[in-house]
Amino acid sequence: MIVVLIETGAEGVTDTSLETLRFARDLAAEGGGVPVHALVVGARPDLDELGKHGISTLYTAGGEGFASYAAAAWAAALIEARDRAGAVVVTAAGTPRGNEVLAHVAARLDVPMAANAVAFDGLSPLVVTRQVAGGLALEEMQLTQRPAVFSVAGHAVEATPADSATEPTVEELAPTLTEADLVARVVSTEPGAPDESGDLKSARVVVGAGRGAGGPEGFGAVSELAELLGGQLGVSRVVTSLGWRPHHEQVGQTGSRIAPDLYVPCGISGAIQHWAGCASSKTILAINTDAEAPMMTKATYAVVGDMHEVVPAIVEEIRRRA
Amino acid sequence: MVDVLVCVKRVPDSSGQVLLTDDAQAVDARYVGSTLSEHENCAVELAAQLVEADGGTVSLVSIGAAETVEQLRSALAVGAGAATLVETDLRDFGPSDIAHEIAEVVRAHAEAGRTHDLVLLGNDAADTGDFQVPVRLAHALGRPVVTGIRTVSIQDGRAIAHGDAPDGGRETFDLPLPAVVAVSEGGVSPRYPTIKGRMGAKKVEIEMRQPSRAPVGSGRVRLTLPPPTPSSVQVLGEGPEAAPAVVDLFQSLGVLR
Repeated sequence: MIVVLIETGAEGVTDTSLETLRFARDLAAEGGGVPVHALVVGARPDLDELGKHGISTLYTAGGEGFASYAAAAWAAALIEARDRAGAVVVTAAGTPRGNEVLAHVAARLDVPMAANAVAFDGLSPLVVTRQVAGGLALEEMQLTQRPAVFSVAGHAVEATPADSATEPTVEELAPTLTEADLVARVVSTEPGAPDESGDLKSARVVVGAGRGAGGPEGFGAVSELAELLGGQLGVSRVVTSLGWRPHHEQVGQTGSRIAPDLYVPCGISGAIQHWAGCASSKTILAINTDAEAPMMTKATYAVVGDMHEVVPAIVEEIRRRA
Repeated sequence: MVDVLVCVKRVPDSSGQVLLTDDAQAVDARYVGSTLSEHENCAVELAAQLVEADGGTVSLVSIGAAETVEQLRSALAVGAGAATLVETDLRDFGPSDIAHEIAEVVRAHAEAGRTHDLVLLGNDAADTGDFQVPVRLAHALGRPVVTGIRTVSIQDGRAIAHGDAPDGGRETFDLPLPAVVAVSEGGVSPRYPTIKGRMGAKKVEIEMRQPSRAPVGSGRVRLTLPPPTPSSVQVLGEGPEAAPAVVDLFQSLGVLR
């Protein structure tokens, strides 16, 4: 029995949660086809969609205690779901919330937790491989205690639907919440600008710019290219450190991890922390004056040249053909 | 007045090539040097700003090898006044062990009359990436905790903490003190130490402690490095003349609107 905490957004269940469901199904299949259950807090996602992803039971938790996000309250609900299902595995996406809630579950049940798993190997004992050092190294970790608690790193697996759909039953949970469960809850939320990092992480195309931009005024052409490609602007760490662009645009180990169909890093050398954030891109077209820069040798395609000459030429060519 | 304790960890500098130790149990810092993570540099900066605004003290705690004194001194140089090192070989320690030892230090200081109102940690360690020590510490101390926080202020004896909402907005938490807050980089810019700060840091006597119990460990089997990405780059051209080939590529990938 596996129980998965799923997160929802404006467009229903998040992609990272669907990936986690796929990971859980693969693990369930390895365990002889045990059921995969899910918990959703404060929302009611499309049951048909969850059925396509192979859920047996959807546990829901709502009401006043779940009106705003409180990690400890979510953990109480997840523990209740685990008790109801008799689950031996408790998992969630390796998002800030997923990791935070699982940490509460693990602390409360006094069991280990593995953050950001990308694979598993064997069930007895269960060994998960997880990202460490910002994804630059991997760790094999044994989870011998039950429940096994781990989160699933974004883009570790593809969010494919199950071979055969299920018709999930819905069970409402009413966990007892204490004052301590609710004391650290969101008291207010300000909406972000529409171009903030949430869009960067899910963008199909990202145009990147690094030190080669030369200064805060050097992002005009790359922004224009991003717009023409229906994509987002992403920048390297040095760009945010120098205050040229806001931190939410940063791609890398301590910024956003992106996985677009196309990433176009311009004037980015490809330091290892930056690579940690963009290595999941399907195609990379690097533009740089230095043909030997790490980004240029790791890319799928490269143009050797100054981004301030090459990018405007590309923009002009796109406009000419339009 | 606020008494802030910042928990820091000596980690290999990740701006260089990541290598593993011969026994594959840790990231090797031999050739890249050691540092504090950006999350923790921001936590130290936040603590310094809180004390500048409201008065109080900043203390540091770390668990690790004797050489961790280097990182404690560099953080002392930017505004902390005291530091504690629980000296041990960190490789045998799992996240629950680290949380337990920090909790022991907090309790020992409270018994000695120093209550740390606010304990700040980095959101996740730059090397082991466990994402759980702050929460485990809060459970051990029976305190509220929030993670992924960019900025904190103290208002009427409460911690007002801001972090990122999942949809890209900003979330606010309002916690009674004492509390535990895990900091993500990006909310503040860490300052550079002044010469006066460096000189002062050298004079601080670091409290040395031993672990309070044998570690239970992390379940680590071994570390591996991801397979290197083979270089099969196709050069489309040089300079602006490459633009048509680039736009051809965009068309073949179907990314042009």
